[in-house]
Amino acid sequence: MPVKETSFPDSIIRRKAGVGPGEGPEKGLITLPGESDREVADLGSSTYLTTTVDTMVNWARGNSLWPLPFGTACCAIEFMSMVSSHYDIARFGAEVVRFSPRQADLMIVAGTIVDKMAPVLKKIYEQMPEPRYVLAMGACATSGGFYRAYHVVQGIDEIVPVDIWVPGCPPTPEGLMYGILKLKEKIERGEIKR
Amino acid sequence: MSTLTKFSAIPYTGPAPTNRNPYIPSDVAVHDARGAALAEKLQHAAMQQETGQDLPTFIVEKSAIVNVLTVLRDHPELRFTMPLDCWGVDYPRREKRFDVLYQLYSLQNNERVRLKVMVGEDESIDSGINVFKGLDWFEREVWDMFGIRFDGHPNLRRILTHEAFQGHPLRKDYDPAQRWLLTEKDVAQLTPVIDDRFKDVDTDFERVTLNLGPSHPATHGTLRIVVTLDGETIIGADQEIGYLHRCFEKMSETHTYQQVIPFTDRLNYCSAIINNVGYCLTVEKLLGIEAPARAQHVRLMLSEFMRIADHLVCIGTNLVDMGALTNFWYLFQPREEIYGLIEACCGARLLPSYLRIGGLAVDVPTDFLQNAQRLVDMIPKYIDDVEKLVDRNKVFLDRVVGVAPISPEDAIAYGFTGPCLRACGVPFDVRKSNPYIGYETYDFDVPIAEGGDTYARYLVRMEEMRQSLRILQQAIDRGLPEGPVMVDNPYVALPPKEKVYNEMESLIYHFKLIMHGIQPPVGEAYFQVEGGNGELGFHVVSDGTKNPYRVRVRPPCFAIYQAFGKMITGQTIPDAVAALGSLNIIAGELDH
Repeated sequence: MPVKETSFPDSIIRRKAGVGPGEGPEKGLITLPGESDREVADLGSSTYLTTTVDTMVNWARGNSLWPLPFGTACCAIEFMSMVSSHYDIARFGAEVVRFSPRQADLMIVAGTIVDKMAPVLKKIYEQMPEPRYVLAMGACATSGGFYRAYHVVQGIDEIVPVDIWVPGCPPTPEGLMYGILKLKEKIERGEIKR
Repeated sequence: MSTLTKFSAIPYTGPAPTNRNPYIPSDVAVHDARGAALAEKLQHAAMQQETGQDLPTFIVEKSAIVNVLTVLRDHPELRFTMPLDCWGVDYPRREKRFDVLYQLYSLQNNERVRLKVMVGEDESIDSGINVFKGLDWFEREVWDMFGIRFDGHPNLRRILTHEAFQGHPLRKDYDPAQRWLLTEKDVAQLTPVIDDRFKDVDTDFERVTLNLGPSHPATHGTLRIVVTLDGETIIGADQEIGYLHRCFEKMSETHTYQQVIPFTDRLNYCSAIINNVGYCLTVEKLLGIEAPARAQHVRLMLSEFMRIADHLVCIGTNLVDMGALTNFWYLFQPREEIYGLIEACCGARLLPSYLRIGGLAVDVPTDFLQNAQRLVDMIPKYIDDVEKLVDRNKVFLDRVVGVAPISPEDAIAYGFTGPCLRACGVPFDVRKSNPYIGYETYDFDVPIAEGGDTYARYLVRMEEMRQSLRILQQAIDRGLPEGPVMVDNPYVALPPKEKVYNEMESLIYHFKLIMHGIQPPVGEAYFQVEGGNGELGFHVVSDGTKNPYRVRVRPPCFAIYQAFGKMITGQTIPDAVAALGSLNIIAGELDH
C-alpha cells in the first residue's frame, strides 16, 4: 500500500498525511526494525499493530541486553567506564550487569584469555541460557592481540562462537557502545538464530 | 669513483655508539665501595663481590645461599629484612646455565643488595622460604619459568602457567609461540574437593571448601581463591594465579626496546604511565642517557595523575564490594577527566604508551597546565565528598576496621611495598628512599597508618591522593621547562622529519634506528619506581643487540597477594572480599 509520509522522518511512529494525533480514529504507521511499514489498524477505539512474533521478540531482546562482563584485563576497566556515570550504557538499555551467567544473555569478553582461563570461559558460556550472544572486546579477545605467546589464546573464537568483534587495544567506551549497538541491530534483523 | 663513498662518512661529533662495550653505571664507584664495605662486615667465605654493577652485587656459592640470606637478614648492622625479588636469567651457552638472582632491601640503612647464584641445568638450589616467607611465590615462579628446583620448598608447583604445560618458557630454547592446551578434563582433575590440610583440624561445624573465581564479581579480575570454611569462618585459603599470564617477559625478548613499552602499559593497567616511566628509566640508565627536563616534568606530573586514578579505581571498586555503589559512580568521574588529559596529550586514554626511551612520544598540548590545574582544583571535592559519605558510616566501619590485618614484621617479610606496607606503619616510599625524576625537589609527606587492616589501607590511599595533588600543584606552579621532549641522540631518538628529508646522515640514522633499534651496551641494570601498589622494578639485561636479553619486572602485587591467604584466615568470606579490594590486586601486573 503506497503511503505518503509526513514530516516526522525520525519518529518511530509515523502517521498518514492529514491525520493528526487525536483526530478521529488513531491511524498511522509504526516501523519496527527489520520490518516494512505496517499500518496500525483501527479496532474499535483501541490501537494495535500487526507484526510477526519473531520481530517483536527480537526487538525486545535487542533493547534489553543483560551483559555478563567476562572481564579479565585492561578492557574490563574500559567496560567499567562504559557502565559508569560518564558514558552510561543505561541509555541503550544494557546496564543490567549480571555476574551470574544464568541471568545474562550477552557475554562481553573483555580482555586477554589465556590457556589457563580457556576452560573457564567455555564453561561459563555453556551456563548461559539461550539466546546468548558473545561480544569479543579488544584485540586480545579477537586475535590474541600482540601477545603471540605461549600462554595466550589467539582469539576466543577458538573456544566460543562470537557475534561482534570490537577492535581497539583497549576499545574506547564509545567503541564498545558502538559494538553493542551493532549487536542490537543484528539481533533486531533476526540474523542471530541461537 | 663511486658517489657511495660519501655516504660512509657520517659527520657525527657526539659520543660513539657503545653497543659492544660493557655497561658501566655512572655511580659504579659508590656501589663498589659499598659492596666492599658490606663484604668487610660480613667476612663470608661463600660471597664474592662482583664489581661494576649498579647495586652492591655478590656471587654466592649455591650450597651457601640459605646461610647467606640468614646472615644478611640477621646482621645487626645490616638488617636486610625485606626480600624484594627473586628471579632467573638463562645463559644457555654457559657451563652453569642459570643465574638465580635475589634482591634484598634494608629498611634500616635504605640499602639494596643483589645476590647471584649460578645453577646448572640439572642442579637444584636450597629454598630460602624459611628465611623469608616472601620468597615462596618467587621461587615457584623461577621453577615454572626456568625449571630450577628449590629443595625444601613445601609447595613447588607451577604458578603462572597451567598444570598441563610442558617445558619452561623463559628458557632461551623455548619457542615463544609454543602453546599447550588445557582441557576441561584436566581442570576437573585439578579442582580440589576438600582440602587435605584441614582434615584433622578440630572444627565446630562441617568443613566446606569453597572456590571463588577466577571469574567472580568480587575478585576484580582473574583471581582465584580456594577457601576452607568452618561454618562461616575461614580456616585456610589458597590463592591460585596465572589466569592472566600474558608472557610479558618472554614477549619482551622478542621485541625491540621501544616495542616493549606497550607491553609495560598492560602490566598495571590502572596506572599505565607509571609502568612506562619505570621501564624507560631502566633502559635510559642502561644507555647512560637522561631525558630532557621538560619530558621528566611531564613524566612526573602524569605519574601522579595516574597514581590518583589508580587509587580512585581501587577505592571505588572496594566500596562497591561493601555495597556503596554511589561512590563508584562518583569517583569514576574525576578519573574520566584524568583520562581526558592524557587523551589530549597522546590520543589514547587507558593505555597511552606515551613515553619513549629518551623522552616522550610527542610534546604536550599548549593548554596542558591549565587543564592540569582544573583537575587539581576539581579532584579534592570528590575525595572530600567520598570521605564524608563513608568515613563515619557505621556499616563501612564495621566492615573494615580490624579486618584482615597484617603486622609490620609479616608485611616486610612478605615483601610488601607501597600503600599496603605504609598501612602497617612502615614509612617506605621509593619516591623518598630512592628519588627519581626530581621527586627529591618536591615537598610532600608519606602517609602512614597503623593497624595494617582494610581501614588503614583505605586511609593511606585517601591521604596519598591528597599528597599527589600537593606534588601536582607544585609542579604546575613551577611551570613546564622549555626545550625538547626527546634526547638529542641519534642512536636513541629518531631525527626530526625535516632533517630526514633533507640530510643524508639523518636519513641514515633514521634507517638504522628503524631497522636495528636501540642497542644498549652489554650489561644489566635495575631501576625502581613507586607504582600505584608499591615498588615497581625493572631489571633489564642487554647483550648488545636490538632486543632485550631479559626483562624482569618486579610486580608489587605479586608479593602482596601471596600473603592474602594468611591475612584472611579467621575472617569471614565478606570480609575477605572487602580485604581483597583494599589490596588493589591488578591481575595484569600480578601474572605479568
